[in-house]
Amino acid sequence: MKFHGTAHKYGRDIDTDVIIPARYLTTSVPEELAKHCMEDLDPEFVNKIEFGDILVAEENFGCGSSREHAPISIKAAGISVVIAKSFARIFYRNAINTGLAIMESEEAVDGISDGDEVEVDADAGVIVNVTKGETYRAQPFPPFVKDIIEKGGLIEAVKEKVAAHGD
Amino acid sequence: MPRPMTITEKILAAHAGLDEVEPGQLINCALDIVLANDVTAPIAIREFRRTGLEKVWDAEKIALVPDHYTPNKDIKSAEQAKVMRDFVNEQGITHYYEIGCMGVEHALLPEQGVVGAGDVIIGADSHTCTYGALGAFATGVGSTDAAAGMATGEAWFKVPASIKFVVTGELGPWVSGKDLILHIIGMIGVDGALYQAMEFTGPTVEALGMDDRMTVCNMAIEAGGKSGIIAVDDTTRAYLDGRAERPWTEYFSDPDAEYARVIEIDASQLKPTVSFPHLPSNTRLAEDSRDVWVDQVVIGSCTNGRIEDMRIAAEVLKGRKVHENIRLIIIPATQEIYRQAMHEGLFDIFLDANAAVSTPTCGPCLGGHMGILAAGERAVATTNRNFVGRMGDPTSEVYLSSPAVAAATAVAGHIAVPEDLE
Repeated sequence: MKFHGTAHKYGRDIDTDVIIPARYLTTSVPEELAKHCMEDLDPEFVNKIEFGDILVAEENFGCGSSREHAPISIKAAGISVVIAKSFARIFYRNAINTGLAIMESEEAVDGISDGDEVEVDADAGVIVNVTKGETYRAQPFPPFVKDIIEKGGLIEAVKEKVAAHGD
Repeated sequence: MPRPMTITEKILAAHAGLDEVEPGQLINCALDIVLANDVTAPIAIREFRRTGLEKVWDAEKIALVPDHYTPNKDIKSAEQAKVMRDFVNEQGITHYYEIGCMGVEHALLPEQGVVGAGDVIIGADSHTCTYGALGAFATGVGSTDAAAGMATGEAWFKVPASIKFVVTGELGPWVSGKDLILHIIGMIGVDGALYQAMEFTGPTVEALGMDDRMTVCNMAIEAGGKSGIIAVDDTTRAYLDGRAERPWTEYFSDPDAEYARVIEIDASQLKPTVSFPHLPSNTRLAEDSRDVWVDQVVIGSCTNGRIEDMRIAAEVLKGRKVHENIRLIIIPATQEIYRQAMHEGLFDIFLDANAAVSTPTCGPCLGGHMGILAAGERAVATTNRNFVGRMGDPTSEVYLSSPAVAAATAVAGHIAVPEDLE
């Protein structure tokens, strides 16, 4: 998968309550959740991003609640990939399972400034900062996790397993 | 001989059908219980349908609890609860708790004996780690993981490294498990245990009752932990005995098991602790926080809504009145706790103090309902998170504390310790 967009950069410990506040958890419709993505951190977020843009953050992105509404709202808002120094573990699983692309890269987060134009080759684990002419490497996914991503998410992987057992 | 293992590694190995596992290893585990609530179940059910399966893996091993926006606060939340209820009826799911039997899930499932020692439990709720207090491996996951668990009875895990906390020393007056865990989070930070299991050991932990142990394990997630765990002892056995639905298995860490870190804590030095906005790691001593005036106090939640918490709150509130500028909301976490508190006369103490007592719900903890904050308002709460906007308006503030500090604050009007009261 390849992505290309403008980077929107935030700090560390971006929690799921600011990614999608609980007052909107009375629905799980992606388009509804997308309207309120990052609202309590940056009320202008949904207005300033364009489809395919890239979210960049420091350590521990997605900490807090297990709400899958968080990766769903980010994806539905139009973000193509989240690049962070580290992810909170439930968010990490949820992103893999729901097909939101994520990458772990300290050097990319340190190198990218808000507003930079960035190109990502998720399969190769390469992040190119077009604005600054820099190239960064991301942590590769373990093969097991890569397999889930390639199948299109956890449910697709389960379907395959069920089909194999069913006969 | 298998390699020396921690309690967490042993439980995971047993559920993966392996003699041994090591940190970093990716394994597939058989699950004992899969949990979801009225916020996370609707997505889990939608994802379950996508598998094409007609029936869940085991209708007796799925627990569905409508506790977040219930009794339903509006039409949308009622629709979500109905999606779950319809699924329960369709699938014949046995561990469902309707309003009137319902409680806050992480107080309810241990109380009802649904989870026990040695289990592997996933829950589509981050505070699922609470059950580690029973000597189980329990971890929060998202709805899709829960859906896969409901379909197959399995989940994949990366075996976590463990941090061992060795806690010694007697706790001082009005110092509780909540103060211990807030202190730990303040020490290691909100990602201090990222991807790791937090194993709590030592004489101080052994002296804690089950309610305090659940408070400690409940907040492992607030340090980024995958799980929190306390090995079974006589206190655990006394709790499980006559309560556990299934036979339980006791696991213990080998003396030479490997840990990522060992952290020693002298608990005799702890004092009542408060987490300031907007991170649980932003801890200060309550005695240094008396200049913080508040508008609302909440005593309840999966962290501190158990009977011991109610008793401590009542001990502080007895014969006193809530400060005129404060709304005090007390929420016993389950029907059983509610009834017990009523029988013990705690409700009279709460009502005489001018507190509002609510039926069980997660309600205000996540800014759902039953005590939402207006712009600029402050709350002291016995809950687990104080992120921006957690309990209401994005400019409101939440300070986390023990029930003792919360009750004292309700009387004083500002953050206080019980000794401050007349």
